[in-house]
Parts: sequence; C-alpha cells; structure tokens
Amino acid sequence: MSLEGKVWRYGDNIDTDVIIPARYLNSFEPKELAAHCMEDSDEHQEASFAANVAAGDVMVGGRNFGCGSSREHAPVAIKASGVPVVIAADFARIFYRNGINIGLPLLEIGSDVEKISHGDKLRVDTATGMIENLTTGDVFHAQPLPGFVQDIAKAGGLINYIKEKR
Amino acid sequence: MGMNMTEKILARHAGLDAVTAGQLIFCRLDMVLANDVTAPPAIKEFEKIGRPVFDNTKIALVPDHFTPNKDIKAAGLAKTVREFAKKHSIKNYFEIGRVGIEHVILPEKGIVGPGMLTIGADSHTCTYGAVNGFSTGVGSTDLGVAMATGEAWFKVPKAIKVVLTGKKPKHICGKDVILTLIGMIGVDGALYKAIEFAGEGVAELTMTDRLTISNMAIEAGGKNGIFPFDDITREYVEGRVQQPYEAVAPDEDAVYERVVEIDLSQLTPVVAFPHLPGNTHPVAEIGEIKIDQVVIGSCTNGRLEDLQQAAEILRGHNVHPDVRCIVIPGSQQVYLEAMKAGYVETFINAGAAVSTPTCGPCLGAHMGILAAGEKAVSTTNRNFRGRMGHVDSEVYLAGPYVAAASAVLGRIAVPEEVK
Repeated sequence: MSLEGKVWRYGDNIDTDVIIPARYLNSFEPKELAAHCMEDSDEHQEASFAANVAAGDVMVGGRNFGCGSSREHAPVAIKASGVPVVIAADFARIFYRNGINIGLPLLEIGSDVEKISHGDKLRVDTATGMIENLTTGDVFHAQPLPGFVQDIAKAGGLINYIKEKR
Repeated sequence: MGMNMTEKILARHAGLDAVTAGQLIFCRLDMVLANDVTAPPAIKEFEKIGRPVFDNTKIALVPDHFTPNKDIKAAGLAKTVREFAKKHSIKNYFEIGRVGIEHVILPEKGIVGPGMLTIGADSHTCTYGAVNGFSTGVGSTDLGVAMATGEAWFKVPKAIKVVLTGKKPKHICGKDVILTLIGMIGVDGALYKAIEFAGEGVAELTMTDRLTISNMAIEAGGKNGIFPFDDITREYVEGRVQQPYEAVAPDEDAVYERVVEIDLSQLTPVVAFPHLPGNTHPVAEIGEIKIDQVVIGSCTNGRLEDLQQAAEILRGHNVHPDVRCIVIPGSQQVYLEAMKAGYVETFINAGAAVSTPTCGPCLGAHMGILAAGEKAVSTTNRNFRGRMGHVDSEVYLAGPYVAAASAVLGRIAVPEEVK
C-alpha cells in the first residue's frame, strides 16, 4: 500500500509511557487513547500531536522506539490517531510485535532515519518497504518482514491470521 | 552447534530438536498471564476468535495495577477480568485480599518454574528467568490469541552472556547488579536479545537478587533474562512448583553474540537518574539531591528480603520530615511474613506508610503520585518522564538499602550514611 504523509519526528527511546500515559489506561477505547497520544512528550509542545495530527501523517522515531511497557494501548493510540505507518531506526520488541499483531505497519531503516526531519513529506510503500522523502529526494529501503510475520501483516493482524490459517 | 538456555526451552516447546537465532517458530505455552490493564483488551481479542480457553489451569489473571480499584473505570476493568475468570473457571485468578503483584506471586506460588515457557501481557514477565524459565512480555492481542490456542510465535533471539565473578560486598543487592549492567550496555543494549547469566558469581546471588535482575532485563531491551539452575534454584522451587519440570543448562559450545563481565566485588550502590534506567551513577558520586518521596516495593523489589533490607536501615530511625515513605509488600504472604518478622512495625514506627499489595505508584496509577517538580527515590523499574505522576516530576531508581537510607536522610544516600 502506497501512501503519502507529513512527518511527526521524535527522538531516541520514545517510551510507551510517553506514547500513552498510564493514567489513561483505565480505558482501551482507541479514540479515547488517541486523544492523549504523545501527551507527555517534551517534543512538539508548541503544537501538540493529538490536537494537530492529520489522518495520513507518518510518525518517525529514532532508536528503540516504543520501549518500556507492553501496553498495546500505545500502538493502538497511534493507529487511532490516523497514523498509517511508523518508521524508526529500530523498535523495542514488544511494541514491534504489537504493531504487527494489530495491523500497524512498522518500518526499520537504521541510521537512514537521520535523513528525515519534522514536517518532511514522505511517500511510503508499506508492502515493499520503500520510503521516498519527497522533501529532500532521499530514498530508503526498510528490511522486509521475515517469513510468516509478513503473512500476519498481510492478513491485517494476528487475529485475522489465526482465523484464516490455524 | 550447541544451544544456550533460551534456545533449549524454545526448541522443546516448538517440538524441534534444535533452533538457531533468527528462526521463526510457534511454541506451545505453559503459562499465559495478564493483569487488570492488559486482560480486558485481550479478552476482547479472544472473543473475536470464538474458541474456548485452551486450558483453564494455564492462564493466570492477576488484577494488580489499578487495584484496589482506583476509580470507576478501573473498577470496570477489574470486573471484566473477574467475570471472564468465573465464566471460564480460570484456576489462577486472584481476588483482592489474595492477590499480589503478578511477578511476585507467580514465582512465590510455584505457578512458574524451571524450563517452563510463559508469556505475559506485562513487560516485566521476563522476571521468571530467575527460576530458569523462559518468559517474556507480549501485548494484549498475543495474549488473547494465546488464551484460545495455547501458542505464540517467536523469533529465536541472539543471546548476550553476562559472566558474574567475585563476591557481593555488604549492602549490594540485585538492583545494583542490574542497574550497573543496563548502565554498561544501554537501554537498547539487549534489544531483541536474550540475556543469559553465568559464572561463579551467580551462586553469590539470592533468589530475590535474581528475580530483581531478570525482572529488569526488559529495561535493557532484552527479550528475557535467564539464570542457570543451581542449588539456590532447587531450594526455591522444591515444594512450590507442583508440576514436573525440566531445568536447562547451556551447552559448552552454546553461541553468544557478546560476552559482558561484571565483577560483583567491584560494585557500589548505584542510582539511575531520570529519565532512563540506564542513567546509572554511583550514589557516592552524585552530590546532594533532595527528595520528596520514597517508594519501596513493586515487582522488582517487593519481596521479603527487599523489605528486610529496608527495615535493617530504618530500624531505630525516623523518615525525614520532608519525605513521604511508602512501603508496598508485593504479596499477601510477603506482607504476613514482614509482620511476623517485625518489619512492618519498624516501618510504621519510622513514620512510613504501609500499603496493601499493588503496582500503584510504580506506573503513576495511584497510591503515591508525584506533583510537578517533585523527586522520588524508588525501588521500581522505570524512571521515564511522567512515570510516577506529573510530567515534570522525577524518579531515581535504586535498591531497598539506598531507598531506605534516602528516606531517613531526605536526600539520595548510601546506607553507610545512616548512623
């Protein structure tokens, strides 16, 4: 699936407490979670993510994105914000699993992520992992998902995969 | 090619003779865990599959995060878990009054043991590596599927070997070991990887030390953190773990991507500064940092030995007038034993609050939320921005000795400073 969107750029070690603080975990309603997504981030305080994100915007982080708690509420909050794909140098493993399992594409591009800035416009093909930075002209390639993990992603998540396959 | 401990447990549960790093496998699960925050969304996913639970004796539901219910929405979550447990006759459901913090009670009650494969919808599920099991955190969808199928998918991780040598000096505990390790390798130093402990220094570590260390493997990005099976493990699991178990040991030619060495005799009390568990500093070198609150407890340091260490420092002293000290036993059994041993009396005489078991303040849920600008020393596991309350509050992570000494002196301190 090819899509185009504006970048919300974050740094290294973005943790799940920042993505969705625990004080909001008394709900798992996606829209409620989205309303508080990235609320405790010290980045982009001038124009908060939750109030200003547009459907189709792309989230881009640095190393170890999504570290910390196993709360699936974190990728759910990002997805419910209208973000169709998250790109990072690499992801913390539980967040990575959760993204695949709920059908939120996650692309790892290592240090190439440094060539993407806040507000850049990207064209992303989540199937091939090709990322074009339309602002700078750079092109990056994410590692494809391995083996049956790709099938889980193609099925739109683990529930569909299990219902179809096993 | 030989296998390490993690590979052996994964291979056994995948029905394979051998596995190697990078291989994708489906494994059968010995135990599947969720709490009051993660079970409700898992139950929602489970119900989409439309099957019964795979085994009502292999699911543990532990309402510990927002309990005793902190607000009406949290009460709704707990109710969802309670009704599901009743409907499906879940054997290991724990009601308030019997419940404790999940990663304290599962080892304590022998629900997890050596060679077992456990997944839990809680990132600190990696705790059970201490008893020579493979355990790791997952999200709610994985958990929902696991409750229906008894299986989960894994990518066999590469492994880091941590070789422990030397003898542990006085007032050094498991927390100092793991915070030192995370400081060395970084909060992503073990990303996607297994951490396996080895070396003669392992025998120096009590089971409480090991549970603390395995618990925080995730704070280095690790998939799991596993200890070898030895006399200390045997003594701990005998009489607790009821089902037959098969311990694992690494082959002599097991493959490790990296080897890290820690000489226990060189360790000093450390503290992790905000806002990452890898910002480790020796307490002796940090200068004066005044604090407002101390929390002693959690899945990391809420066991009897942790409370014993805190009581040893607090006995005959008062909590500093400017400090709120909150002590939270990790289970009802820990609470009872701490009462019998006189620790609870010591805490109350010192001017500390003692709470029923809950995760509460660790994740900024309830029972000790910080206001803007406040600083806490906590024996918990995360010091992320806003973790314990206001986004402009700060959490310093330490072991029970340092936490208790800090409570007395009103600033971050080493235990020797409490005269």
